[in-house]
Amino acid sequence: MTVEELKELAEKETARQKQYKHRITYCSAAGCASCGGGAVRDALAKTIKAHGMEKDVELAGTGCMGLCGEGPLVRIAGDGTLYQRVDETVAARIIDEHIVQGKKVTENLVDTTGPFFSSQVKIVLENCGNTDSEKIDDYIAAEGYDALAKVVTEMQPAEVVEEIRKSGLRGRGGAGYPTGLKWGIVRKAQGDQKYVVCNADEGDPGAFMDRSVLEGDPHRVLEGMAIAGYATGASVGYIYVRAEYPLAIERLRLAIKQAERLGLLGNRIFESQFNFRVDLRIGAGAFVCGEETALIRSIEGKRGRPRPRPPYPSEKGLWGAPTLINNVESYANIAPIIRKGSAWFASIGTPKSTGTKVFALAGKIRNTGLIEVPMGIPLRKIIFDIGGGTPEGTTFKAAQTGGPSGGCIPAEALDLPVDYESLATVGSIMGSGGLIVMDSTSNMVDVAKYFMEFCVDESCGKCVPCRVGTVHIHGILQKISEGRGTTDDLALLEELCEMVKETSLCGLGQSAPNPVLSTLRFFRNEYTELVTTPDGYVPAGTTTEQSPTR
Amino acid sequence: MPPTTQEKAHPSGDNRFKLLDRAVTKHQSRGDALIEVLHAAQGIFGFLDNGLLIYVARALKLPLSRVYGVATFYHFFTLKPKGEHTFVLCTGTACYVKGAGAIQKAVEHRCGVKFGQTTPDNKVSLVSARCVGSCGRAPVAVCDNDVAGKLTPESAAAKIDQWQNVPGEVAA
Repeated sequence: MTVEELKELAEKETARQKQYKHRITYCSAAGCASCGGGAVRDALAKTIKAHGMEKDVELAGTGCMGLCGEGPLVRIAGDGTLYQRVDETVAARIIDEHIVQGKKVTENLVDTTGPFFSSQVKIVLENCGNTDSEKIDDYIAAEGYDALAKVVTEMQPAEVVEEIRKSGLRGRGGAGYPTGLKWGIVRKAQGDQKYVVCNADEGDPGAFMDRSVLEGDPHRVLEGMAIAGYATGASVGYIYVRAEYPLAIERLRLAIKQAERLGLLGNRIFESQFNFRVDLRIGAGAFVCGEETALIRSIEGKRGRPRPRPPYPSEKGLWGAPTLINNVESYANIAPIIRKGSAWFASIGTPKSTGTKVFALAGKIRNTGLIEVPMGIPLRKIIFDIGGGTPEGTTFKAAQTGGPSGGCIPAEALDLPVDYESLATVGSIMGSGGLIVMDSTSNMVDVAKYFMEFCVDESCGKCVPCRVGTVHIHGILQKISEGRGTTDDLALLEELCEMVKETSLCGLGQSAPNPVLSTLRFFRNEYTELVTTPDGYVPAGTTTEQSPTR
Repeated sequence: MPPTTQEKAHPSGDNRFKLLDRAVTKHQSRGDALIEVLHAAQGIFGFLDNGLLIYVARALKLPLSRVYGVATFYHFFTLKPKGEHTFVLCTGTACYVKGAGAIQKAVEHRCGVKFGQTTPDNKVSLVSARCVGSCGRAPVAVCDNDVAGKLTPESAAAKIDQWQNVPGEVAA
């Protein structure tokens, strides 16, 4: 394939879509599929056929449209009407009334002018809700693979790295390491064979951003990886994806096949000397494999156990070769940066955290779903404007970011801008983007215990602080939550948390105490209410009587 | 331990081994494809018993300790057969906040076994998952590949009843 052929293909597809009078898109991602999305698609297709309008109406299954709690969702592309909680009857009415008679089905309308939509900026999710997730032509018509064409035919690898560096993009997996810097290190590393790895082992409970990107726009990730391959001199890429995401795996397999058939992956891409192929590796349910050295082990077919760094994977990674590891969302940002320029990207967000971040909003919040917001947006805006606040009758208590590695952010810190540094000041992390809202009914000691139980289960057992420490922290939390704890236990808990944090081998252990430490910091009264002094008295300063029950 | 396997046709005459051989060939019998091959094996046989692990070890020319180590390290692989139906409860944070704990209790009470176990009549396996990614519909359980969202302890228990009370002979 040449650049001209790519342009031709895009034009042909645009012309084909213009033949239709209407384009109806329905969410085909896992969220809507799990609440009857398949039946809605069939009902839409059936009614279109009944009206004999197959040549006038195009039906396309797209990626996540955001409002996952109100699915299944159907969108009329022409006027942007969005319908929620669509079932088979409503689907038929959408065709009968909206398409045929031009009357909107008012009962199921979503107000698309509200803050849920107006406060969002879509870069990573720009195609979700618009292009068909299973058609490469649709992606190409939406400027897909343009960035790869530009890079391969017009730019030197060093220029690509420089462009990414200038954009200020930082790793979206959680730690926020500057992506351009990482690319530069791998590019300069010595080695005949280099690898590009996409970390799609989204293990944080409550996070489904990467899943939605892979299901909704798999080609965007492939394109980002191919550009990374060109920039770093790698010819092989691996996507390590969770086995729990069967739909994402299926879509990726299909996308790789489609891209190979068109010569957008494989040998001599755009008739250059650049070769790049992508393989899929399926995880098998181990949270620790999200850690990069453990992930490498797992791709090599071994137990996913981390090893000490340095050497970092950028020097010695997969089979000892220099390896670039980025997260799904990081790769998804690459193509737009190349297409629109680093200056455009850097103008979004804050100077130190540029661009946007995708969050999965869940928990005790009205609008659950997937959102993309510019970095630096206040947390209050995310939770109360976009999320619509907590359900009626309850008040906001805490927002949990970063999963088991993150912390709970209290109501006092709601005006905090969401960027890497600010979240760190309150003892949490950006994390991969799960944002769980807790209201007055949540007990914070229980929340800490819940996360610690997770870490006990998921600790790989290689280093002692993590393997033994997490078990003991969990034991103390159990004791406290049952009302058997003393003030000595609290002191021990804090000491133990610091120790596990300081001495564990990898990120899992180092961050495992975060939920405990952050709840101790902001919700200490919930702990002190449950403990007594070692000789059995209620400690001074506790207003309520000893109340072992929650 | 069942008898060991040999290089060519499987002595049991079980045709499923041919499917497994195909997966091995697809990865050129490379040791680094171990996890992929175990996925294929579990997909074909439902669970990994000792004989199967030995077969995989031979096919990929890996020490059995490595195959066993990998199979037991990852939660996804199971060395025991599953029940007729599986109830996979999501225990992710969103589901936890929305009351997965109460559902867990209700389901365990109804089945009389804990999560991670199968009922003695082999009807229902209770499995817990870390997060199935349908947080918008929390609390969620995957009942035989069907995602059931916005569960209550009652609706979850009803699901179990439906499986346990409808044995083969009662069709109506």
